[in-house]
Amino acid sequence: MATAAITLERENYLNQEYGIKSWLLTVDHKRIALLYLLSITFFFFIGGFFALLIRLELLTPAGDLVQADTYNKLFTMHGQVMVFFFLIPSIPAVLGNFLVPLMIGAKDLAFPRINLLSWYLYIIAGVLMLHCMLTGGVDTGWTFYTPFSTAFSNSKVIEAGLAIFISGFSSILTGLNFVVTIHRMRAPGMTWSRLPLFIWAHYATSIIQLLGTPVIAVTLVLVVLERALHLGIFDPTRGGDPLLFQHLFWFYSHPAVYIMILPAMGVVTEIVPCFSRKRIFGYNFVAMSSIGIAVLGFLVWAHHMFVAGISLYAALIFSALSYLVAIPSAIKVFNWTATMYKGSITFSTPMLYAFGFIGLFTMGGLTGLFLAALGIDVHVTDTYFVIAHFHYIMVGGAVMGYLGGMHFWWPKISGRMYPEALGRLAALIVFLGFNLTFFPQFILGYLGMPRRYWQYPPEFQVLNVLSTAGSTILAVGYLLPMVYFLWSMRYGKIAPANPWGASGLEWKTTSPPPTFNFEQPPVVDWEAYDYENTAAPQEARFAG
Amino acid sequence: MFDTFPLWPARASTTAGSVDALFVFLVALSALMSLAIFTMIVVFAVRYRRRKGVAAEQIEGSTALEITWSVIPLFIFVVIFVWGAVIYFKERTPPRGATEIYVVAKQWMWKLQHEEGQREINELHVPVGRDVKMILTSQDVIHSFYVPAFRIKQDVLPGRYTTAWFRPTRAGTYHLFCAEYCGTQHSGMIGQVVVLEPAQYQAWLSGGGAAGSMASNGQNIFLQLGCSTCHRSDTQGRGPNLAGLFGKAVQLEDGRVVTADENYVRESILTPSAKIVSGFKPIMPVFQGLVNEEQLNALVAYVKSLNQSPSGAASGLTPDAKPQEQKVQ
Amino acid sequence: MPDSPIAVAHHNPELRHHFADMEQQRDASSLGMWLFLATEIMFFGGMFCAYLIYRLWYFPEFAAASNSLDITLGTANTAVLICSSLTVVLAVRAAQLGKRRAQVVYLALTLVLGLAFLGVKGMEWTSKFKEHHIPGPSFHFEGSVPGHPGQAVDQQHAQIFFSLYFAMTGMHALHMIIGVGIFSYLLYYAWKGRYTPEYHTPLENSGLYWHFVDIVWIYLFPLLYLIDRKK
Repeated sequence: MATAAITLERENYLNQEYGIKSWLLTVDHKRIALLYLLSITFFFFIGGFFALLIRLELLTPAGDLVQADTYNKLFTMHGQVMVFFFLIPSIPAVLGNFLVPLMIGAKDLAFPRINLLSWYLYIIAGVLMLHCMLTGGVDTGWTFYTPFSTAFSNSKVIEAGLAIFISGFSSILTGLNFVVTIHRMRAPGMTWSRLPLFIWAHYATSIIQLLGTPVIAVTLVLVVLERALHLGIFDPTRGGDPLLFQHLFWFYSHPAVYIMILPAMGVVTEIVPCFSRKRIFGYNFVAMSSIGIAVLGFLVWAHHMFVAGISLYAALIFSALSYLVAIPSAIKVFNWTATMYKGSITFSTPMLYAFGFIGLFTMGGLTGLFLAALGIDVHVTDTYFVIAHFHYIMVGGAVMGYLGGMHFWWPKISGRMYPEALGRLAALIVFLGFNLTFFPQFILGYLGMPRRYWQYPPEFQVLNVLSTAGSTILAVGYLLPMVYFLWSMRYGKIAPANPWGASGLEWKTTSPPPTFNFEQPPVVDWEAYDYENTAAPQEARFAG
Repeated sequence: MFDTFPLWPARASTTAGSVDALFVFLVALSALMSLAIFTMIVVFAVRYRRRKGVAAEQIEGSTALEITWSVIPLFIFVVIFVWGAVIYFKERTPPRGATEIYVVAKQWMWKLQHEEGQREINELHVPVGRDVKMILTSQDVIHSFYVPAFRIKQDVLPGRYTTAWFRPTRAGTYHLFCAEYCGTQHSGMIGQVVVLEPAQYQAWLSGGGAAGSMASNGQNIFLQLGCSTCHRSDTQGRGPNLAGLFGKAVQLEDGRVVTADENYVRESILTPSAKIVSGFKPIMPVFQGLVNEEQLNALVAYVKSLNQSPSGAASGLTPDAKPQEQKVQ
Repeated sequence: MPDSPIAVAHHNPELRHHFADMEQQRDASSLGMWLFLATEIMFFGGMFCAYLIYRLWYFPEFAAASNSLDITLGTANTAVLICSSLTVVLAVRAAQLGKRRAQVVYLALTLVLGLAFLGVKGMEWTSKFKEHHIPGPSFHFEGSVPGHPGQAVDQQHAQIFFSLYFAMTGMHALHMIIGVGIFSYLLYYAWKGRYTPEYHTPLENSGLYWHFVDIVWIYLFPLLYLIDRKK
């Protein structure tokens, strides 16, 4: 078709310049987003590979696949890679970087060179982490508890600590860029109350990144100094306190989980209105709930320490606050559901991932209520119950949000459609594989199987086998999009500017966008989620 | 088949029942909430699927609904919080008169010692129906004492004591796990709690060749290390009189008032300058490095035993008694 | 500023292409620097938190160790830094008034004062090394608790003070060194006449950074040097 030929030849950010230098020295936020996409996918594979080895070892009660020390390194590095090198960057660094300027009508982020620096810091951290893994690895658990990490472990604690320290700066700079951009670079008419909720979610996430990450940075500095110089700040045999480490560590690491989930919630809040052809229900409440989660998230860290030796009264306070932070998350789930009421719903791949997110996040969030209950937590903390809880949120929630967002914005990013049937199939496989992997772990946890166990009593085997079986299915579900996204870049249908009929400024420019995002700088005089006045989808499957 | 494939942990302590009750309530609540949300989503997805000529209805929101579905969960959460807190409060308040077991965790084993003197490694024998309070410390890294059947767990820290308690309700053998990652053999640091009927427990107690009770061992150490030189049972000593001290409030020289609990006794032995008792000089020598964890436990048990009577005469353990073995000069 | 062809010709060469006008660029850079300083507060905050806790627990040793620091040098350094913040402000003012030479003078003075601070710090650390107050195998603290001549000091608790002392002043010194680097860069470009009344944002923002590093020291000084000094 004539339109397709013109679209192919029109200059956009992908074909504007070729060559490796034009990518490695780019300051275009969209190209940087793709650089991040490649890097985090690489680390996702590494973390996923470690997970598969862990699940293979756990097929049998005895430790018979790898040695105990190796197993301890596997779960440590699985956690570190997945948390710091995949989940924390994922949505903000890929989708956020790509979309924030587009969604607010700007030409780029406020600090394009700092954006590139942020990616290079991530890469340097990643290389250091890889080197650490290849030259012996680290076995402290991703939580680095002292005095084991500072005085007893024989692994490369300092190198891993430094790698994570550097990756923290990458995160801080991304957050800084987003906050300044959202404050200062909105197009004329784009008021705060007209912002897409994806932007509100990233704003809240960025506040957490800015204020929380420095604390883990300084904590890691102290750990490295202590280990190198035998200082004693966290070592009771030298007058120090191991609980001080835990407080400092969790002060960041709890808000960090909100860094990982808030952007995914932002993605779902874009998808559900689009495929219901309706504005979001309760815009103000959803926006404020993101801010509420960010603020309250800083007040609950010691719920990771209920049996650690903190005082009874501290435990009571943190338990109460933990229940408070559940309220804004619940509000979001109710608002998404209410958005579907009297909508006009279609079941595209992004919408399937959104459904999966809502279901799995709800389950994960509800199990958080179990953990916040002091009497229950004493029994299930440090067991597979906790592992199941956070994987429901991180994988069932954040990763599904990420995949849903990738599918939703893929046409915009690449100018191509992914194959819809395969997309839906993959979503289904991921959902089924995920539940089979992690639901048995709730039962294992309540039965009493502790975390980080290389070997276990035989009565836990059946549930472990189920979990491992699920993980293989999950792996297939994750491989499929890798394959067909690549395939689509060459053979996928050419995407129009707005295949889904979605509202939002990013859909008012071409797919893919030109380097400076908009031919004409937009002026906004309509409300967000203006589905009343947004044309139906151009994608034939979803056309009304 | 279900013997080897349990879906629910054994219930063997007084706490287990209350923990399970709250758990079941939460499972029911979660199932209800999930079912409600999922059903609504499915119903909406079907009822409001895209149909030609039927447009979506643009609904901005409803403040009343938002308030409702914020406040109702809040009330439910308050209930759950209080319920969980009550259980926790009981779990963290050992009853008076509980039998005390001293536990020393190290990479990668559990060393347990009964008051009467029996030592056990990776195994703990206790009788049904008696309160047991554990006083735990670690020789190296952080461990965690976890008995799923009792629903109790307590991190074990180096450099201080933590406590946990339980009352077994059913005879049997139950898993003991280390639940805080502690290095290579973390998953090998497991053992069992053997709950015996009271008669069998007595038999077990007298069967083991105990080398004296912990308190009497503690007294020996107390005398051997010369503690009795300053800590006399009268007011003439250069150090405070320890009889009747344990559990009481102590006025310190800097004005603070602290309770003489296990951690206080331990700290006073290892780093005496940390807390100087009002009216005494800071001249107590430092014993860090001169006593190991088991000896510390014995000394703590001994100081506790001095509460039995003002001068300790009834129990036969007085601070001025001569040591049972020859003191090596 | 509208993007009319005529307006284009008058664009300040320092205007980055993704900003609409200099005002937006200035606002964005300024907000960026303030946010960065917020992250720095959280960064130092972790160490201040550790310090506060250990000071509560080990007050006698902290007091004894604090008394062993050189209060004269510490006070001098505080004065040096406060003066350097003044010279920074004067440099920014000079830029606002278009005075190139004054800029260069004040920036150079700032550099000199900053280097003086680092030099004095180096002297202090050297004397700490000589007194065996550097944490590690050769650490030994001679001295008694202030006001209690007979009471010996717990070596481990004293070492914790010095661990925090070196971590905190070391982190501060690192930030000073980075500041010196930044101001060398600014000095060069100020001499080249880059900073004008229309565009001197780098001076302002670097000034903010320098003031922040100064304020951190103003907290560090009393907390580390002035514990229980009865003169």
